[in-house]
Amino acid sequence: MNAIETTGLTKYYGKSRGIIDVSIAVEQGQFYGFIGPNGAGKSTTIRTLLGLIQPTSGKATVMGMDIVKDRTAILRRIGYLPGEATFYSGMRVREILALSAKLRGMDCSANAKVLCDRLELDVSRRIDELSLGNRKKVGIVCALQHDPELYILDEPTSGLDPLMQREFYEILRERNQKGATVFLSSHILTEIERYCTDAAVVREGRVLASDSVTKLGHTGVKRVTLRGVTAMPAVDGACDVQTVNGTTSFLYNGDAHRLLRQLSDVPFDDVAIADPDLEEVFMHFYEKEGAQ
Amino acid sequence: MTLFFHELRRARLSLIIWTGVIAFMLGVCVMIYPEMSAQMEDVSQMFSDMGSFSAAFGMDQLNFGEFMGYFGIECGNVLGIGGALFAAITGVTALSKEEKDRTAEFLLTHPISRTRVITQKLMSVVAQIVILNAIVAAVTALCIAVIGESADVQAVTLLLLSYLLLQLEIAAITFGVSAFLKGNGIGIGLGLAMMLYFLNIVANLTEEAEVLKYVTPFGYTDSAYIINEHALKGEYLAVGAVLTVIGIAAAYWKYRKKDIA
Repeated sequence: MNAIETTGLTKYYGKSRGIIDVSIAVEQGQFYGFIGPNGAGKSTTIRTLLGLIQPTSGKATVMGMDIVKDRTAILRRIGYLPGEATFYSGMRVREILALSAKLRGMDCSANAKVLCDRLELDVSRRIDELSLGNRKKVGIVCALQHDPELYILDEPTSGLDPLMQREFYEILRERNQKGATVFLSSHILTEIERYCTDAAVVREGRVLASDSVTKLGHTGVKRVTLRGVTAMPAVDGACDVQTVNGTTSFLYNGDAHRLLRQLSDVPFDDVAIADPDLEEVFMHFYEKEGAQ
Repeated sequence: MTLFFHELRRARLSLIIWTGVIAFMLGVCVMIYPEMSAQMEDVSQMFSDMGSFSAAFGMDQLNFGEFMGYFGIECGNVLGIGGALFAAITGVTALSKEEKDRTAEFLLTHPISRTRVITQKLMSVVAQIVILNAIVAAVTALCIAVIGESADVQAVTLLLLSYLLLQLEIAAITFGVSAFLKGNGIGIGLGLAMMLYFLNIVANLTEEAEVLKYVTPFGYTDSAYIINEHALKGEYLAVGAVLTVIGIAAAYWKYRKKDIA
């Protein structure tokens, strides 16, 4: 059974696009990233899975249950962190955490204490006095304190400082190792590359690719760096040409033998052919596919 | 019931203020009656002879010089308007404030069904109105006892009951409206309550507009009728009951499937 499975999930807000034909499968135990620029439909997908909005068409299941029919049962097993966590004003952090636990019919005070200590969150503060980062931490504790089987995290690290980001991912990794599934959205590729095992790339409401993170990086695209060359040689299939300090580099997408044949007459001092990082792949190839 | 108590807790300050102000004002009105009645002898005739102005507030059929007549009119002004505004604000913000304050996402991603959210919020609105009216009734009874007026207990009870029903009806209608809103809608709620109040005044003024009394719940809080007949008008109440049910049904119908932005 997949933790999350969507088939042809589509949401229109009136006439404007939310998501179109999104089909993804997140297996249990995966650390799954959902990558895309702002407005690509990441939050729309997540909010549909949570039952906050109704899909226009298509189907989705979470832990094998239908997102429309079994909404409450699904929510019982999920920990959700919204992109912009907002709480009832006037309440203290402690009260919010207790309210969240009570709405689940649970007592999570022991777990909450551990999490607050690790994230350095002062529970006696009033919500209204908290900085963006500290409000985010309240959201994190609400999403984690009941030990759910599936974590759905929308832009989880926005607003957190780097030390807290590391601590947060450390906690997620521990939970993941104990069997929980993590599904997170982000527009920060390095974050996905560092922590996720699998990912889907979404742009303008559609999923462009979904695979393991390693495979998404291995698209056959190479970054070619020629030292001692200042003028770009004629190479078919090259793009993103950069010439800095007597070194020319470009991305190449195509047959490697042909690349080598084309380079054989180029008077370079040194050559390096390497896999580009995910960000480069994303910027130069997925964007183009999306535009087509 | 977590949400029900959470709602009451969040509403407590507003409930205390509204209850305090309405109970205080009505109490003051009752307490100053002995003083007023001494000077009233001559004035009461004048009050009932001001033509349509008297008719608008039902003063043509009530004797301002008697305690019940005085109480009926003051009660209409204080508890009628105050209670209607409180009910409208409480009803119209009940569901919509979660979206306006952006807390809907927090609430609705917990394992609580939309139906239960609506039910517990509705119960909280009803509880607030009942608490307000119970305290106002207690303070009124106390003040009447203090000034030693022999009040018509049955008529006073019916009057207070009619205003309780009026508030519940307005709350139910605005609660239904609340389900459709994304902002807080206080303006819509207040506007609706005031419109219903003025519809009744128009209905009092001309006989041709008397049909409006079916539309507005102020129709069945008519002090003169209640005090003189010791009864509430069944046909007005029936329409009110239907509107109440429609308001509540609309809330369930809309909010259970609403897209939360």
